Amino acid sequence: MSDTARTTPSTAADAVLERYEAVIGIEIHCQLRTNSKMFCGCSTAYDGAAPNTHNCPVCLGLPGALPVINRQAVEYVIATGLAISAQIPERTQWERKNYFYPDLPKGYQISQYAIPLAANGLLPIETSAGPFVVEITRAHLEEDTAKLVHGEGSGADRTTLVDFNRSGAPLMEVVTEPTIRTGEQARRYAEELQLLLRAIGVSDADMERGQMRVEANVSLRPRGTEPFGTRVEVKNMNSFRSVERAIAYEIERQGHALDNGEPLVMETRGWDDGRQLTYRMRAKETSDDYRYFPEPDLPPLRVDAGWVAAVRASLPELPSARRARYVALGLGSYDAAVITADPTMLTAFDAISAAESAPAKEVANFVTGAHAKALKAGDANAAGTAGASTPAGIAVLLGAIASGTVTRQVGRELLDRHIADGTQAADLLADAGPSPISDDAALLGHIEAVIAANPRAVADYQAGKPVAGFLTGQVMKATGGAADAARVTTLVRERLDREG
Amino acid sequence: MSPMTPDAADALTELHAHDMAGALRAGIVSARELAAAHLARTHRTDQGLHAWLSIDDERALAEADAADARLSAARAAGPDALAALHPMHGVPVALKDLVSIRGGQATAGSRILEGYIAPYDAHITERLRAAGAVILGKTNMDEFAMGSSTEHSAYGPTANPWDLGRVPGGSSGGSAAAVAAFQTPVSIGTDTGGSIRQPASMCGVTGMRPTYGRVSRYGIVAFASSLDQVGPFGRDARDAAALLHAVAGRDERDSTSAPIAVPDDLISLPAGDDEAAGWLRGKRFGIPAEYFPAGMDAGVDARIREAIAALEAAGAVVEPVSLPHTEYALAAYYIVAPAEASSNLARYDGVRFGHSIRGGSDYLSNYLATRGGGFGPEVKRRIMLGTYALSAGYYDAFYLKALKVRTLIKRDFDLLWEQGFDALVAPTAPSVAFKFGAKTADPVEMYLADACTLPVNMAGLPGITTPCGLSDGLPVGLQFIGAPWSEAALFRAARAYEGVTAGAEWRSMRPHDLAALEDPAVPTPAERAARH
Repeated sequence: MSDTARTTPSTAADAVLERYEAVIGIEIHCQLRTNSKMFCGCSTAYDGAAPNTHNCPVCLGLPGALPVINRQAVEYVIATGLAISAQIPERTQWERKNYFYPDLPKGYQISQYAIPLAANGLLPIETSAGPFVVEITRAHLEEDTAKLVHGEGSGADRTTLVDFNRSGAPLMEVVTEPTIRTGEQARRYAEELQLLLRAIGVSDADMERGQMRVEANVSLRPRGTEPFGTRVEVKNMNSFRSVERAIAYEIERQGHALDNGEPLVMETRGWDDGRQLTYRMRAKETSDDYRYFPEPDLPPLRVDAGWVAAVRASLPELPSARRARYVALGLGSYDAAVITADPTMLTAFDAISAAESAPAKEVANFVTGAHAKALKAGDANAAGTAGASTPAGIAVLLGAIASGTVTRQVGRELLDRHIADGTQAADLLADAGPSPISDDAALLGHIEAVIAANPRAVADYQAGKPVAGFLTGQVMKATGGAADAARVTTLVRERLDREG
Repeated sequence: MSPMTPDAADALTELHAHDMAGALRAGIVSARELAAAHLARTHRTDQGLHAWLSIDDERALAEADAADARLSAARAAGPDALAALHPMHGVPVALKDLVSIRGGQATAGSRILEGYIAPYDAHITERLRAAGAVILGKTNMDEFAMGSSTEHSAYGPTANPWDLGRVPGGSSGGSAAAVAAFQTPVSIGTDTGGSIRQPASMCGVTGMRPTYGRVSRYGIVAFASSLDQVGPFGRDARDAAALLHAVAGRDERDSTSAPIAVPDDLISLPAGDDEAAGWLRGKRFGIPAEYFPAGMDAGVDARIREAIAALEAAGAVVEPVSLPHTEYALAAYYIVAPAEASSNLARYDGVRFGHSIRGGSDYLSNYLATRGGGFGPEVKRRIMLGTYALSAGYYDAFYLKALKVRTLIKRDFDLLWEQGFDALVAPTAPSVAFKFGAKTADPVEMYLADACTLPVNMAGLPGITTPCGLSDGLPVGLQFIGAPWSEAALFRAARAYEGVTAGAEWRSMRPHDLAALEDPAVPTPAERAARH
């Protein structure tokens, strides 16, 4: 494979996808935002803590320790299930997944196998090729492993240390059907799931911090055929961009191999973000036998309808519903998506819109523009807006701009002052002086006077020199600033063009 | 109180726990004197018995002093405060060496847990401390409770005080032998397939396996999670019942422990024999035909039938019943228990605690060396059986099938409870205590020693064994099996049988080899076993 091909993986992948269909399934592990671990009372606030300081007999797997289900974690998975329109079983259970590894203190992971807490969900997404619905097979609840820290040396001289702080933290695994076809769909799915999990408050889902770990199963089959090709599992994708790129890379790599009659092997590959390629981590010659069996230390859990109903009632507005509502308010789908994807923007937008003093589009422009900039300088206030402002005050000022009561320029200054010192919007508007001249006839009077007084400038304009700005300035001066500069510019150009 | 003479002190070890409770409250004896007397006897007599894996004099005496301080305070506060003390207050107790005590060992009879010091108390340890009981030390057991003779302990076998050339039964053989040999009045064991009832039967003491979920398993080294239950040993029903009362009850840390109240009947069993025997009038007992197989000892069969006749003579109604799926219980048990064990024992990997062999080229070589050297042959056998039963392609044929059989076994019992039986009566073990080495060569022979007990575990039921005479000079146990949560009734039944047989000659007999244990030159059980 040439280096040039590597630099533009998605283009190369697109070429492969003319001949082959990609079959992609995504598995996402999310750490849940519970205060305590999945099966014990240890705190989950171990980020940055010294190793092995957030432990007890249960999460260390000591002899005689027993698990107790974290009810909050169960509710978070039910909430996720409801948010993806999944089915919640009336009764669920946990199984033991048995395997040996030093990061797994009990020699088994307590997970869910036969009856996941949520099954058969859907997550609609938007892609550059249009809407797509990701089918979600299941979401289940399990415990995280410890973290291995490898020291120097090799073989018998190599030391590996184990930090059990993460051991037993609650993890939700969300698995899709293998119906994803492109890297972009995979990335958009991961982004949308992150947005959803954050919106319902069940996970911080930060990929770089390992709170959301995305793995992709990728295979190719010739277009028009049914049987699955050889599947490769891709790990170590630490950003949304790497999800898309790693999958595109795999599509290209596998397509190249198939074209050349080279055999593909079942294997786990890692994404190397520096080199922008996947590399073999380990071959999967045989499928692992985890000897799943029902966890005898935990009785089956009844999930009664009342519990599910209570979780459903506590769900906030979901991102998809929010976007639809914003579009209905008059926003474009792009603005609706941008604001929905940003918790500070959506908070400010909802707060300002609630005052019903300004058109939604005006509010959206402000929230995504000047207000977002203002928030970069400091946190939002309790009401969700910048500085000393109030949502109602901002709404009144934006309304004044939209209705032409103040010029856009003056309005912006008033908004800045309102944010800076909290001066009441009504006082600001009163101080701003007379309403701008919004009557074109009145403006044209001023324009005629200015043109008459500046014949030289008119001549320059006709000679192609950029003097419209100068003349606009003169008109603004003549009106004492009480005009919309943009409107004046338009009228001045029209007048000058008639002159010629 | 004046210091006791050695003989007087030793006489304290002959007391029942319920007698100690009275003497402690009356100020006739102190908890420290009781602890000291039992520690002295244990140190003096354990060479030939090897019932103990650790004895902690310092901790025991400190706990006894604390119990004495609470006694004094209660005595000063008045009769109500004294009455509020648990019957186990100030009473010495021994724990099977799979119960966690903060700062103490818990080997579970295995080399792989050598050097492991538990950093926490088991629920029952907390409960015993709260009750004021005095923990003397830890008793010997088959490795990870897998065995029926205590010969599978990595630390050498325990002998039977009735015949030092014989096993005490197992897996809680140390706890049973220590009670029989007057080293402790009561002790704690666990019963996964009969590991309390079978050794109690063979050592001539009372032992109960409670309903699954009655006692928290938190802090108990697990063998088979769905079958394990903690239970008491005592030299009579009242002592064992009081110990169960102290440790039973819901524990939030064990999701399988039941939120069901512990009956106070357990600490108010009748003291009078006639009153106790009177309970039997009109009670309805089923005699399951399947528990009297063709191959059982004739002497055991005779003692059990005499016991049944005595119950009938005391006014109980006795009817033959059938538990048709009993014959499949052993096979199903040896799928379910090893399957769970194979997973439960995966944590012994040498990474965090206990026996650890390092320095291999990779994880796998360290695991193989640690586990290969740390587990004994019986444990390895069961890990392999269980791993096989859970493997892909075999799960349905073995594990799932065994679970279905388990359901059928439970239903056999349920049908009898629906017919109104108060309990079932059966032998506890098909034979009396056997000689060292008699069954070690053939695992299935050893497994059959639990044939009369393990169906009860499969059904999650309570069962009690009480001595009912001797066969060839060795104790025979009578088993009562009850419906879930019927422990109080089972103790009443055992207490009633004590009352009915209070005058029997065998009741006054003591283990034959108590005197031999006093000999400083007595061979250790390991030495005796080596001769066989």
